[in-house]
Amino acid sequence: MATKDVAPHNPADPKTDRMIDPKTGEQRVLAPNQSFRSVTETISSIVLTTHTPLGWFFGFVLAGGLIGMLLTAVTWLFLKGTGIWAITMPVAWGFAIVNFVWWIGIGHAGTLISAILLLFKQGWRNSINRFAEAMTLFAVVCAGMFPVIHTGRPWLAIYWLFPYPNSMNVWPQFRSPLMWDVFAVSTYATISVVFWYIGLVPDFGTMRDRAQSKFAKYIYGQLSLGWRGSARHWMRYESASLLLAGLATPLVLSVHTVISFDFAVAVLPGWHTTIFPPYFVAGAIYSGFSMVLTLAIPIRKFYALEDIITMRHLDNMAKVMLATGLIVAYGYSMEVVMAWYSASRWEYFMFWNRMFGPMGWAYWVLITCNIAIPLTTLWSRKLRHNVAYLFAISLIVNTGMWFERFVIVVTSLYRDFLPSSWGTYRATRWDYMTFVGTLGLFTFLFFLFIRFVPMIPMSEIRMMLPQAKVKHDNELPTEAGH
Amino acid sequence: MPMREGIYGLLAEFDTPTELVTAAKAAYAKGYRRMDCYTPYPLEEAAEAIGFDEPQERGVARICLLGGLLGGCAMFSLETWVSVWAYPLNVAGRPLFSWPAFVIPAYEWTILFAGLSAAFGMLALNRLPAPYHPVFNAANFRDGATTDKFFLCLQSDDPKFSSAESRAFLESFRPVSVVEVDH
Repeated sequence: MATKDVAPHNPADPKTDRMIDPKTGEQRVLAPNQSFRSVTETISSIVLTTHTPLGWFFGFVLAGGLIGMLLTAVTWLFLKGTGIWAITMPVAWGFAIVNFVWWIGIGHAGTLISAILLLFKQGWRNSINRFAEAMTLFAVVCAGMFPVIHTGRPWLAIYWLFPYPNSMNVWPQFRSPLMWDVFAVSTYATISVVFWYIGLVPDFGTMRDRAQSKFAKYIYGQLSLGWRGSARHWMRYESASLLLAGLATPLVLSVHTVISFDFAVAVLPGWHTTIFPPYFVAGAIYSGFSMVLTLAIPIRKFYALEDIITMRHLDNMAKVMLATGLIVAYGYSMEVVMAWYSASRWEYFMFWNRMFGPMGWAYWVLITCNIAIPLTTLWSRKLRHNVAYLFAISLIVNTGMWFERFVIVVTSLYRDFLPSSWGTYRATRWDYMTFVGTLGLFTFLFFLFIRFVPMIPMSEIRMMLPQAKVKHDNELPTEAGH
Repeated sequence: MPMREGIYGLLAEFDTPTELVTAAKAAYAKGYRRMDCYTPYPLEEAAEAIGFDEPQERGVARICLLGGLLGGCAMFSLETWVSVWAYPLNVAGRPLFSWPAFVIPAYEWTILFAGLSAAFGMLALNRLPAPYHPVFNAANFRDGATTDKFFLCLQSDDPKFSSAESRAFLESFRPVSVVEVDH
């Protein structure tokens, strides 16, 4: 990403640090001197080992416990109804929508990495592509739960969510943004699964061939669909991948746009603004990249993948965060300017109240976490190369982005037009249990994924190695290709 | 599967993509047509060498376009039918045929159907899933084809194929090995 004319400014000596390319003086995307077999073995052995690390069990059980909490909260919800949550008038949309928007936003970085960066030919994305996409899927699972459970009796809610001929002869209302949401999110979930699975097919072929146990051979063999790496297959495969990337790009932009319509179409101060779609999309990518960092930093350490997920990756992700964070900052400032410029007393009051009202602290938490801390420090190359700092920043931004959605939902609602209808919002323990439970569900699914699925796309990493290129006659033969 | 006489073909194993492409090009020039390259990652040159040009074929792209158009039209028609005929609802006097609002679900379904068509169309054109294929009978194929080796298979149903000559031809490229592949 860095341009070549910027003087390299690395603390390490380029002659001794093998992670620095002597030609450009930049950080390498992959460590040198790796062969097709060595990268394949590094990645596949994490899954095929008979020796599951103890730490994996620890995390898995911990996440499983949180799922227990989620199940308790949801069971109680189904028994008692949504009254156990803090939602009431005037704040009729509480944690459910906050968490929904937060989770789905996190998912967007996965699609951005897998689709948009593929179209932009950003080769470095290959190392983080697979697990960023897995993150998308699991985030969408967590997000999708909230609209379903917030109906209280989901088995009775299908007829107004999906158009199907039912015994009441009632059909959904297609003029409502909430209906658009159903189609945007269900399409997003489906396409993400398909894109992810198609990407996995050749790697499942590798797993089938590398597996030792009969059972693993059989399972991976079925999952690989009999992939054999035929040159004709690869060409069609490549064009399908490109098409899926080309389709996922407008899709991912449309999903958060449609989610922002849920707010922006309502005639309510604080929601009714045209800046919502771009600012929601940027915020989604901002929070998503911070979640990728939250996941990638411990994983590369724990599984010793520093040669494949290198500093270059972390640095690039931090730069994407900086760029999207600046768009988000622009969104925040425009909201304030428009509230003033609109000359609408309702808009003006809403913003004054959002900043200095009883819930003003939440606004300042979001400004601190999303703007003040990350956008001042991520400019520093030294800090971007500090793994511990990046990890801390990623947690801070995740928190800040959650508060952003909280502020948008709650502070726009709790001071209604008439002071007699003013209220407040205080989440109940069931709200917190459900939210923390989905964090557990997400972690649980992620632990399953890193244990049973190759978390880095092996075929794409092989493609990035220098020996993967065909040498033409006019090029001098160099060392053997492996 | 019916029993077949003879072998499926001859499978040559190479260590580098360059050797594979050289051999495949020569085989094509010699008149072999029923052959395939097997590589552990997408290698455009290998497909070109055996005379397969997907950008010209555009099978997947056509299926994808068709699927997308179908999805978009289907959703838009459904929305129109529901809102105008099946369940007309007068909400504050807004027109029943509110087409701008219908565009969004139709757009989503365009992408949904186009994406599913691209993925399943690719699998169908590749005749996958195919759990069995003769090349899997070669032990060195199972070990290397999806990891680090490059294979060229000349099929026995090619009119130019002859066991001895084709083997000598393949061996002239100094492959790691040439093995016969059973059906």
